[in-house]
Amino acid sequence: MSNKKHWVLLASAGIITLTGATTANAATLEDTIERGAVQCGVSDGLPGFSAPDGDGNWQGLDVDICRAVAAAVLGDADAVNYISLNAVERFTALQSGEVDLLSRNTTWTTTRDTTLGLNFAGVTFYDGIGFMVSRDLGISGADELDGAAICIQTGTTTELNVADYFRANDMEFDPIVFDTSEQTVGGFQAGRCDVLTSDTSQLAALRIQLDDPDGAVILPDIISKEPLGPVVRQGDDTWFNIVKWSLFAMLNAEEYGITSENVDEMVNSENPDIARLLGQDGNYGEGMGLEADWAYNIISQVGNYGESFERNVGMGSPLEIERGANALWNQGGFQYAPPIR
Amino acid sequence: MIHNQTMIDQRPAPSNTLGPVAWLRANLFSGPINTLLTLVGLYILYLLLVPTIQWAFINADWVGTTRADCSREGACWVFVNARFTQFIYGLYPRSEIWRANIVFGGFFTLIAWLAIPRLPFKRWVAVFALVGFPIAAYVLLHGGYFDLPRVPTHRWGGLMLTLLLASVGMIGALPIGIVLALGRRSNMPIVKSFCVIFIEFWRGVPLITVLFMASVMLPLFLPSGISVDRLVRALIGLTLFQSAYMAEVIRGGLQAIPRGQEEAAAALGMTYWKRMGLIVLPQALKMMIPGIVNTFISLFKDTTLVMIIGLFDLLGIVQAALSDSNWLGFSLEGYVFAAFVFWIFCFSMSRYSQYLERKLNTGHKR
Repeated sequence: MSNKKHWVLLASAGIITLTGATTANAATLEDTIERGAVQCGVSDGLPGFSAPDGDGNWQGLDVDICRAVAAAVLGDADAVNYISLNAVERFTALQSGEVDLLSRNTTWTTTRDTTLGLNFAGVTFYDGIGFMVSRDLGISGADELDGAAICIQTGTTTELNVADYFRANDMEFDPIVFDTSEQTVGGFQAGRCDVLTSDTSQLAALRIQLDDPDGAVILPDIISKEPLGPVVRQGDDTWFNIVKWSLFAMLNAEEYGITSENVDEMVNSENPDIARLLGQDGNYGEGMGLEADWAYNIISQVGNYGESFERNVGMGSPLEIERGANALWNQGGFQYAPPIR
Repeated sequence: MIHNQTMIDQRPAPSNTLGPVAWLRANLFSGPINTLLTLVGLYILYLLLVPTIQWAFINADWVGTTRADCSREGACWVFVNARFTQFIYGLYPRSEIWRANIVFGGFFTLIAWLAIPRLPFKRWVAVFALVGFPIAAYVLLHGGYFDLPRVPTHRWGGLMLTLLLASVGMIGALPIGIVLALGRRSNMPIVKSFCVIFIEFWRGVPLITVLFMASVMLPLFLPSGISVDRLVRALIGLTLFQSAYMAEVIRGGLQAIPRGQEEAAAALGMTYWKRMGLIVLPQALKMMIPGIVNTFISLFKDTTLVMIIGLFDLLGIVQAALSDSNWLGFSLEGYVFAAFVFWIFCFSMSRYSQYLERKLNTGHKR
C-alpha cells in the first residue's frame, strides 16, 4: 500500500516539476518580483478591453491595468504574462493562483466581493445597459422610446433589465430576441427593430459592424449599473494596495495633467501633488513595498487614465465611446481617486 | 438467297451511347421526371454558387493592410492576410518563429517520409518520430534550454497548437487504446473490469465536460499553490478521452479475427504477446483503418473545443482576432478561412486512409 502511495506521489511530483509549478501564497509581490512578470488574467477577446493586435501583443483598457501594475512593481510594463480566461473559469484561475490579477471586464457585485473571496481594486469602466438608435429617428433620450421595437440578445441580464426599466417608466416595448450579438446587429441593420440594446461598451463594438456606422447613435442614457474593475484574491493586502493605487495613480495623473509625453518635464514641477505622485517629494511607494518612481513608471510607460481610455475605447479608437460616466469627477463623471499624500 | 460472306465493318458505337452527351442523357435526362429534377437542381446550384463566387472571388478584396482597403462588397481577405502569421503560430513571439518553423518542417517531413512508400529506413524514422521528435519539438518550442528564450505555453496557438493537440492526442490514444481493448477482452477479472470502467467512464462524459473539469475543477482539487500547466491539463484530458473511443474501435477489429487464428498460434506454442503482436493485431489493425482514421478526424475537429478553456487553437485565435477593434465585423471571412484549413487536413487524412486500405487490401474486403 505504501508502495502504491509512493508511486502516486512520485507521478504527481513528476507532472508538477515537468510542467513548472507556480506557488500562490500571501506574498504575491515577492513571487511576482522573483518571476519577473505579473500573471494577469484577461478575456479571450473583447474589443477595446483585451484583444491581441496584429503582432500578437495584447491591447485594451483592461490590458493597460496589467501593464500599469507591471510597471509599478517591476518597472517594465511589458513584463506581463497574459492568461486568457473565459467567463466561467476566471474566478477559479484567480483563487487557485494561476493568475495574480484578474482584469477581464468583471462587474463588481456583492457576491463576488464577499463570498468568492475576492477584492475589487477599483472601477476602470462604468458600464451599463444603453441603447443605439438610427440617427434618422431623431431620438435624443431613452425616455422617448415608448412603443419601440428593441433588438435584444436572449439569455442575458440585459433582457431583464430592459423589461424592468420600461415597466418602471410606464412605457411599452416590443422585444425582438436573437441568439447572438451578430444576429442582433443583422436584425437592427435589416430594420427589424428601431433600437439595439446591450452594454454600452459592447454597443460601440456592434455599431462598427453596421454597414453605415455613422447612421446610428448611442443614446447617453445608461439604465443599469455595471462597474467593471480589476480583481485580486483576498488575504494579500499589499498586493491589493498595489493594484488599487496603480489605478489611482493613473486617475490622479489625468487630474494633474501628467501624460506619458510630458511626464519627464512634470518631474520638475513645483506643484506638491505632482511632486508626491512622481516620487520627488517623499516615497509613497514604500508602504506598498515599491520604489519611489512607481507612479512615474506607470505614467511614462502606460500613460494616464484618459490616455488609456482614448487609445483603447475612446475617440482615438474605432469604438469611439464617449467619456460620459467615465470622465473625471471634476468633468462631470464618476472617476475619482483619493489623493496621494 | 445470297449470303453475305464478309463481315460488316466495325463501326463506332452510335453517338448517343458514347461521350458526355450520352452520359448526360443516361444519368441526368433519362426521363421527364429526371429532366425536371436536373433542371431544378441546376437552378438551385446557380442560386447558391453565383453569389458565393461573387462574394469570395469576384468582389473580394485581396491586397491591403487595414480595413479601409476593403470595399465590403465582397469578402475581405485582407483581414486573413494581415492576421495570417497569427493564425498559424498564435501569439508565439515573432522573433522566435523560426523555432516553430523548424518544428513544422520536421513534422511534415516525418509524415511525408512515413507516408510515401518508396523512402527507406521506415522503422528508424518511425522510432524517431515517436520518441526523438516530440522531445526535440518540446525543447525547441518551449525553450529554456541551450540559451533559447523560454516561450510559455499560453503564447502557443493557432494551427501550431491545433496540430500539437491532435498529434499528441493521436499518438497517445492509439497505444492506450490497444492496451485497453486487449484488457477488455482479457480473462483476468481485475484487468477486465478496470478497462471496462475506464472506457465506459470516459465514453459516458462529453469532451467539453472533461475539458471544463480539467480547467476549472482540477486546480481546486490540487493542493493550494500548485498549478499544472493548462495545456498539459487539456492534453491529458483529450488523450484519455480519445483512448476510450480508440479502444472500442480496436476491440471491434479484434472481434472480427476468427478465434481459430489465435488458437492456431497458441498451438504453435506462442506466448500471449506474440500471439497478439504477430498474428491477431496485424490482421485486426488493417481492418480497422477506416475506424481509426474516423476517430482521428473527429479528434482533429474536437481540438477546437479547447477554445472554451482559453487556449487559442486555430478557431480560437480567429475569434480573438475578430475582437480586435480594428477588424470588427469580418467574422465570416475568419470562419471561412478556419473551415478551409480544417477541411484540407481532414480531407487529406481521409484520402490517405483510402490509399492505405487499397495498399493493404489482401482479400479482407467484403
